[in-house]
Amino acid sequence: MAPLLETRGLRASYGDFQALFGVDLTLDAGEMIAVIGANGAGKSTLMRSIAGTIRNAPNDILHRGTEIGALPAPDVMARGIALVPEGRKLFPSLTVEENLLVGTYGRKIDGPWSLGTVYDLFPVIAERRNYPATALSGGQQQMVAIGRALMSNPEVLLCDELSLGLAPIVIRDIYAAFPRIRIAGAAIVIVEQDIAQALKVADRVYCMMEGRVTLSGRPSDLDRSAIHAAYFGAEGHELA
Amino acid sequence: MVANREASPPTTAAGASGSRWRVETRTTLSTAFGIVAIAAMLLLALTPFFASRGVVQDLFFILTMLVLAQNWNLLAGYAGLISVGQQLFVGCGAYALFSFVILLGLDPLLAVLLSGVFAALVSVPTAFFAFRLHGPYFAIGTWVIAEVGRLLFAQWKALGGGTGTSLPRDATRDMIGIGFLKETLGLKSAAAVDALTFWVALILLAATMGTMYRLLRSRNGLGLAAVRDNEVAARALGVDAMRMKATVYVVTAFLTGITGALTYLQKARISPEAAFSLTDWTAYIIFIVVIGGIGTIEGPIVGVIVFFLMQNALSSYGSWYLLLMGALAIVTMLFAPRGLWGLASDRTGIELFPVRRILKRGPNHQGTKGGPHG
Amino acid sequence: MNWLDTIFQGILLGGLYALFAAGLSLVFGIMRLVNLAHGDLIVCAAFLILQLVSALQINPFIAALIAAPVMFGIGWVLQYHLLNRTLGKDILPPLLVTFGLSIVIQNGLLESFSADSRRISAGTLESASLGIGVLSAGVMPLLTFASAILVVVALNQLIYRTALGRAFRATSDDVATAGLMGIRPNRIFATATGLAMVVVTIAALYLGTRATFDPTAGPARLIYAFEAVIIGGLGSLWGTLAGGVILGVAQTLGAAINPEWQILAGHVAFLLVLLVRPRGLFPRAVD
Ligand SMILES: Nc1ncnc2c1ncn2[C@@H]1O[C@H](COP(=O)(O)OP(=O)(O)OP(=O)(O)O)[C@@H](O)[C@H]1O
Ligand SMILES: [Mg+2]
Repeated sequence: MAPLLETRGLRASYGDFQALFGVDLTLDAGEMIAVIGANGAGKSTLMRSIAGTIRNAPNDILHRGTEIGALPAPDVMARGIALVPEGRKLFPSLTVEENLLVGTYGRKIDGPWSLGTVYDLFPVIAERRNYPATALSGGQQQMVAIGRALMSNPEVLLCDELSLGLAPIVIRDIYAAFPRIRIAGAAIVIVEQDIAQALKVADRVYCMMEGRVTLSGRPSDLDRSAIHAAYFGAEGHELA
Repeated sequence: MVANREASPPTTAAGASGSRWRVETRTTLSTAFGIVAIAAMLLLALTPFFASRGVVQDLFFILTMLVLAQNWNLLAGYAGLISVGQQLFVGCGAYALFSFVILLGLDPLLAVLLSGVFAALVSVPTAFFAFRLHGPYFAIGTWVIAEVGRLLFAQWKALGGGTGTSLPRDATRDMIGIGFLKETLGLKSAAAVDALTFWVALILLAATMGTMYRLLRSRNGLGLAAVRDNEVAARALGVDAMRMKATVYVVTAFLTGITGALTYLQKARISPEAAFSLTDWTAYIIFIVVIGGIGTIEGPIVGVIVFFLMQNALSSYGSWYLLLMGALAIVTMLFAPRGLWGLASDRTGIELFPVRRILKRGPNHQGTKGGPHG
Repeated sequence: MNWLDTIFQGILLGGLYALFAAGLSLVFGIMRLVNLAHGDLIVCAAFLILQLVSALQINPFIAALIAAPVMFGIGWVLQYHLLNRTLGKDILPPLLVTFGLSIVIQNGLLESFSADSRRISAGTLESASLGIGVLSAGVMPLLTFASAILVVVALNQLIYRTALGRAFRATSDDVATAGLMGIRPNRIFATATGLAMVVVTIAALYLGTRATFDPTAGPARLIYAFEAVIIGGLGSLWGTLAGGVILGVAQTLGAAINPEWQILAGHVAFLLVLLVRPRGLFPRAVD
């Protein structure tokens, strides 16, 4: 059986600038994987490619064996692949609740997630449902962004740097929601700069550097120095 | 933006050293062209001596349209001020001329210059209002103000109100220089007036092109491009965007006003409808600039020739002709946004008025482009 | 009492201007596009209604009901296949393309219908009037004003209460992120322009039944619409209605002083508002 999601030799460019040079990655149903790497490694580009905001060659990305590399974002979303974009990207003209509702625009199916269950998952945002989305704190906004993606009941949830700019305690609250999201059935890809966090929550980890996957495997099989080399390069800095 | 096609790749594998970079704006071809252009101007100046009045009048029309087109090009293509209200300055210039000549009895040639000054004066309060609007709203705002101008001049009973008026016949005959032309060249009065207005138009064109070329090659020109491309960033770099735009606006109003006055000196009959006509003074002008190539100095020259040929061949078809013009402008904007000149220049790499800075011996750096839209 | 009546007539006239402006305001709010052919599209719709009335011998209101979906389709196709190509960071292409479109529509109408002035006959409604206290008003102007209020209410309901409205606002905020929600911006834009054309049809109905029109009447309607939008403040439909009313009152007051000053007085009111409140009287924050 084909994996739920797969990239094969994925290449991606911004105009003349190539950002990904043949990335291979697989995600099976029920799995949670983490993509780690330094700034500019190409993690967000990988997420945007899968989500369809960057177009790629059709056979570079497969969903249940179907080529989706060249599909535009709305088509990818309709297939059940939802992205929580880097920087949250809530719609400032919409209230919290409207931000959640707009997440179902291109995919309205019955499933575990609805306004009720999302509010249940993140009770703080339920209290502020009628506020403009931008009136929330960074952590609360991140919860709305995750909720918005969940509203379409996706098979695959892509999360790009959830912890960006958030305090450790807030990050902990957000990651605390993931077991429930997994139980509800979604397979998850998280992008994380914090290696320890990634190793703690993920079944498997991919490490990227300069547009390539430099290391992958189960957290228990990877040792510290190998990750260090894959993350910073062979002649990288010493760990502090 | 346009890559610098003149730049040669680095000659040494180690990369170029900084000291070898030169910024140039002139090319051999453009220098040669400059000489040819001056020669062409001089030759053109001689036409009244051997060509018929009809030819001189046609050339006068082409020259004045070209001056208007270059001014609009400077506004919209370089300063990013997309005005659809330039008819205001044509009309103000024209009406000022008529009032100076008819009501004050000034000499028409002197009045032409003063009319330009009047148009420039009008542009100051206009800018005060229009600059409160941005982008597309600026465009319609200038149009509203032009309408105000038209309605106000239609109220001026001394100049015929809504129906307009004519210049007295003897006003142009006694103009400075006419007597001299008649005596030395043996021209008839009417031909002498045509010749004189033609020469003034030629000087006006030379002044416009010269001003534009020098402005765009100067530091201010660079600032202008920066303002057009990204006003906020330009301001952060210390470019005074507002002042830059206001200056261009007033200068183009001055030149447009002079052109309006000169055109109506030649027509000798004015009405608010005609002098403030959106079609004649803005739609045609936009067509000329867009077809030829907006944001290039060469474009409007190509555009005005296309426009003149089309008008001669098709204007008897009335609204079909205008419809075709509108459609052509749309197609050009969609498929060749830099116009006919842009197409030719991309194919051949020729630039006759190089105002872009060319980095010589620089590394062959390729800029990254922004993501695709929508 | 005369002045009161003049002002009242001006308010009613403002309803017509608000109808001209609502479509323009909607489209600008969603895609930052200013359609310079907006006025010509109103005139185009008026000719469509006129043709339907004379070909099918039907009431103009029914003709407008038929014309509305046709205009929706025209707007949709126009936006999807032509105007969407011009959208981007640069404001020059949409302006120049719609300016070209304005010239094309105007001259197309001139070729098809000649330069003659036309009028859509509304039968006995045309001369009917109602007394409201000391004031009296024609039924058509009253209907126009009521329609304007209805259009504003309906559009606000649509924008603030429906999934489509959420998609409009989301797309207006951030095209790329809207795509992640399954929203297809090009279709959203086309739908918005289609809706604007439905409003344009309503405006055309009243334009054609209240006064005469001809193929060159478009640009002036665009200018009135634009003035109403700017006076009211960008992004607020109630503001647009208020802008239309202010413009209408200024025009009727001007005309009461001197018939030649009607249009001029409207422009002056617009410039005055620009002078004291450059962002309009009711900018988005109030909405
Ligand atoms: N819109 C863009 N246009 C051009 N280049 C881009 C664009 N976005 C990213 N890049 C480039 O692509 C490369 C990969 O960027 P990407 O955003 O994927 O990195 P990242 O791993 O997500 O980094 P970070 O941890 O900082 O988010 C970088 O060199 C970046 O400069
Ligand atoms: Mg990133």
